[in-house]
Amino acid sequence: MSTPILTIENLNKSFGAVTAAREVSVVVPDGVVWSMIGSNGAGKTTFVNMVTGYIKPDTGRILFDGTDITKMSPRQVTRLGIRRSFQIPQLFAELTMLENMLVSLSINRKDKPSYKRSARKPGHVDEAMDTLKRFRIEDYHDRLMSELPAGVRKLLDIAMAMSGKPRVMLLDEPTSGVAAEEKFPLMDLVMEVLSASNVTVMFVEHDMDIVTRYSERVLAFYDGEIIANDAPDQVLSDKIVQRYITGTTK
Amino acid sequence: MTEFIFPRSTPLACALALVVLVVIGFTLPDWAMFLATMAFSKGMVALGVVCLMRSGLVSFGQGLYYCIGAYASGLMASWLGTSDIFLMSLLGIIASGIVAVIFGPLLATYRGIFFAMLTLSLSMILYGTLSKMSVLGGTDGLNISAPTFLGYHPEGRALGLSLYMFTCAVIVIYGGIVRTLFNSEHGLISLAIRDNELRIEYLGASVRTEIAVTYIVAAIAGGIGGVISGAAIGHVDPEYAYWTTSGEFVFLAILSGYLSIPAVFLGSVALEIVRSFSNLYFPNTWQMSLGIFLLIVILLFPKGLGALLSRPKKPEKKQ
Repeated sequence: MSTPILTIENLNKSFGAVTAAREVSVVVPDGVVWSMIGSNGAGKTTFVNMVTGYIKPDTGRILFDGTDITKMSPRQVTRLGIRRSFQIPQLFAELTMLENMLVSLSINRKDKPSYKRSARKPGHVDEAMDTLKRFRIEDYHDRLMSELPAGVRKLLDIAMAMSGKPRVMLLDEPTSGVAAEEKFPLMDLVMEVLSASNVTVMFVEHDMDIVTRYSERVLAFYDGEIIANDAPDQVLSDKIVQRYITGTTK
Repeated sequence: MTEFIFPRSTPLACALALVVLVVIGFTLPDWAMFLATMAFSKGMVALGVVCLMRSGLVSFGQGLYYCIGAYASGLMASWLGTSDIFLMSLLGIIASGIVAVIFGPLLATYRGIFFAMLTLSLSMILYGTLSKMSVLGGTDGLNISAPTFLGYHPEGRALGLSLYMFTCAVIVIYGGIVRTLFNSEHGLISLAIRDNELRIEYLGASVRTEIAVTYIVAAIAGGIGGVISGAAIGHVDPEYAYWTTSGEFVFLAILSGYLSIPAVFLGSVALEIVRSFSNLYFPNTWQMSLGIFLLIVILLFPKGLGALLSRPKKPEKKQ
């Protein structure tokens, strides 16, 4: 097993009487593609929110490449190289797709954003269009968000998160809201781009076919705990997982 | 992002605008020149409100900086005995800039009604303080001697024309700076804040810093506006910081919208004309005329007069 890029130690998080994370511990090696499954409220998104700094755990530690990021803000975590996409794509509704991408690239370019340099400088536009081309959504570049199909919005959300060369990408339900026949092509494309960038990927997913096809390992969440952490076949054949998550046995 | 119908090159657009304004200035009667000078100075303050509106914030206290600029120049004239408009403007910029640097980072953590009310509170604190300070003239305020221009002491029409020209140069230069900012990378980021702050943070930028910088830019515009108004009227009083004055700038910003910088100044001129003629022909109900005017503009141009001056988005491609 290669060096861990993420080390999560004994995370606990409660919202009043509801426990969203209970002694969650996991070590994620660099360069892997893992998935997270679990029913609604099992703690998957809370896990993503804690790793990306949006929610602070009550107790426990999160190490990114040896650095303690437990108390860092989303901005600091992002700057370090952990990115995320959202279950509901978080885009800029009044801007076009190209402008959305330009915002992302302006923030993540090596030199800091400028108060003078035009955001629409030809080189910047070319760079944004190149990124959109990698995700094969460049034809929509002049469209507003309300005019985009769900799958395209998902891809743009991921494309924006990818700017700045992240090391870890957390995808929150990348195929939710996408038509059944589009799910595999969408995931094929996302995985193709992400693997070309050597990013460690962890994605939350409800579709077990996608989990089996794209992830090397599965974390199964139930009631804030990780109840299984193994290869997809092993996890999906686990009686407890079948009982509480996939619902394939009674 | 808006594409303006004006030249894409900001220096060219500014040069053209200045030439047009100067030529118009020579043709204007005195009353209209004064009206234009006042409209442009208030337009400067409203431009600051527009900068904040672009990031989804409304300041109900921009009168704070309008007042600070006017008092800073008035006090300089009174205490140092010089009323050079360039020095007064510099002092107005420094004074409003310093206050904004202090309050900007604090206010940048608030949103919506809380931001609006805090900005309003700050301006009313200044209003209350100035009203009680007899050393600064109390509610009567201060008289400001006629401005000079790098040693040039114009009188009569020449004074009005000189101040008008100076005002035109200021609005063109500051308008150019703001346009450059709007088109810049930070400008695009601050526009995106209006839509989704969470995503901005998750992309790695600080929303608070962006808003604080925008607030400072807006404050400096307010300060310069105050200097020019004070110099044009020859008097400054605490009413500059009163909430109704700030409300007028919000009114003007809504009228203009945030899509175009020239629209802010054109809107300001339109508002001054409507106000002046309403006052003349309907002395008891002129406020109602202004209200009806704003209602008509909102109904016809929900994005403000600026929508008329911006290019529509390119037609969609058929897929």
